[in-house]
Amino acid sequence: MSNVTTVQASGGATGDGTRPRRPRRPMSKTKLYTRRFMRNKSAVVGLVVFGLIVAFALTGPFFQRYDHVELDFLALSEGPSADHWFGTNSGGNDLFAQVVFGLQRSLMIALAVSSGATVLAALVGASAAYFGGNVEKALVGFIHFLMATPTFLIVAMMSEDSGGDWRVISLVLIFMTWFFLARTIWTLSLSLREREFITASRYMGVPGVMIVLRHMVPNIASLLIVNWTLGVIQAVQMETALSFLGFGVKLPDVSLGSLIRVGADTITSSPWLFYFPAAVLTLLTVSLALISDGLRDAFDPTSGAGGHA
Amino acid sequence: MTNSSTAEPLLEVRDLQVEFRTKAGTAQAVNGLNVTLHAGETLAILGESGSGKSVTAQAIMGILDMPPGHIAGGEIRYRGEDLLQMPDERRRRLRGMNISMIFQDALSSLNPVLPVGWQIGEMFRVHRGVKRREARQKAVEMMERVGIPAAEKRAGDFPHQFSGGMRQRIMIAMAIALDPDVLIADEPTTALDVTVQAQVMRLLKQLQEEFNMGLILITHDLGVVADVADKIAVMYAGRVMEASDVYSIYSSAAHPYTRGLLASIPRVDGADERLDAIPGLPPALTDMPPGCPFSPRCAFATDRCRTERPELREIAAGHTAACHYAEDFITAEEDQHEPA
Repeated sequence: MSNVTTVQASGGATGDGTRPRRPRRPMSKTKLYTRRFMRNKSAVVGLVVFGLIVAFALTGPFFQRYDHVELDFLALSEGPSADHWFGTNSGGNDLFAQVVFGLQRSLMIALAVSSGATVLAALVGASAAYFGGNVEKALVGFIHFLMATPTFLIVAMMSEDSGGDWRVISLVLIFMTWFFLARTIWTLSLSLREREFITASRYMGVPGVMIVLRHMVPNIASLLIVNWTLGVIQAVQMETALSFLGFGVKLPDVSLGSLIRVGADTITSSPWLFYFPAAVLTLLTVSLALISDGLRDAFDPTSGAGGHA
Repeated sequence: MTNSSTAEPLLEVRDLQVEFRTKAGTAQAVNGLNVTLHAGETLAILGESGSGKSVTAQAIMGILDMPPGHIAGGEIRYRGEDLLQMPDERRRRLRGMNISMIFQDALSSLNPVLPVGWQIGEMFRVHRGVKRREARQKAVEMMERVGIPAAEKRAGDFPHQFSGGMRQRIMIAMAIALDPDVLIADEPTTALDVTVQAQVMRLLKQLQEEFNMGLILITHDLGVVADVADKIAVMYAGRVMEASDVYSIYSSAAHPYTRGLLASIPRVDGADERLDAIPGLPPALTDMPPGCPFSPRCAFATDRCRTERPELREIAAGHTAACHYAEDFITAEEDQHEPA
């Protein structure tokens, strides 16, 4: 911490042309990235909002007075009140409990999908580039085939078949999102493959799989992290879209998407059913977008947004 | 070196032929190379860019890019076993463990995002199946061995946090980590300052003696060679032009190309003279002259040189040269020395 303050203090002198004094030892990358990220105001706002949303999802169940499946027949389609903070729907479900549960569900799906898709994309993309030859032809051919396939329809049918099981939805969403990132990683890894340290480790007898996992993937880590946050946004939106169209999770299971769908039907008579889940969804995606933007700037040494560190 | 010639050679390259098949035609990168290396011996392969010296190293290591590279013939025997006939997996195990290599540019040969201790330790993990913590401990030991100060502390640092000489030391630590028999150093000091070059070469020499390794030193720097090499093979356009012990090359070079190389070393006492560079460029490997490949640039070339290719032949004990007039050059030199 003291390190940061000294630099900030001397940073005040940058106005008259003197650059802040460099610390004696080069700081670790993690430290550098954290500092660049923390200097970015909107990214910090995003992080705080995202933190609050996660905290809301985790602690909500302790505050709620009703379960998300519990029906209160004395309060049907009632607006927000002291008893039902976010109001109720026409069946008497407490919307606060539903939003908390739906948010949990959406977050779980989004994190699983984004993590799964990123790992799969990194493995396939980097392997295709490293091994080359027929392996590369087959993998890249498969990626291109998937890109030309109307995957959304396939996903909709598959998740409909599963009866709205969120685990199946996660799997099909991974299947639907990984290949775009895989192609990006493949093109990036192509230049990585030609770098000398990759050849050097091959010369030293390191097996190919280890080279992909331990030498290639760490070199694209920053891209993977940024894409992971973007992937979370994409997954939230896709899950919402699926649920909104009725192909997503099924009652009694709820997600933000299915809540918004119900709310959209009754937007004139009971608008709170739409506004609360929609507001949570918007906060979630916007905060994640701000975070990924901040991360990108922090990782990119040529970006002006983070300032020099 | 004197007694080792009777023992079984560590590495023996016989009639190695490496081709590159390109659209412009087939390039003979290495053409009929013969070298032997014994334990504790240093062989220097000398030559200018494109002479096939690095390709030779790659062929020995089994890391030639194929295609376009292609080994057209010959054999590379490691302890009597032909590497070229060996299954890939077995050969991979030999790499790093028995035959190891040091690269020219340490900065680009080290992974920028991984700590150096991890990278040295990887050798132990991959080849010996050593656990993470133990591998790190061994990596620190290796770093101490190659003279990196505060090794324990610096094992967690990244390559860009080291100076050029220190990075090359780290590369050396990686290469000798598993106590290999054969170490190939491909221009190990080219990217370094002159003072650091000397330190690194001294370290290499010292480690070689300690581990009794056979060292193949690939270089174009005659100064480096004189210090450390026992034997020299001078390559030109994929062929060995002259090979002998280091003393004979410097005292009585028999090939005009070797003489040209020796003459082109800048001298401190001849500062006002122009450097004796060899005129012209090496021939294109896809379009070799029918006679001696050096004949277009040779000041002494005759019609015989331009039409008939000289074979590598023994002109004195342990001294071979590929020149029709090799003996003449040696005797001419002796005549010159006699009056003195």
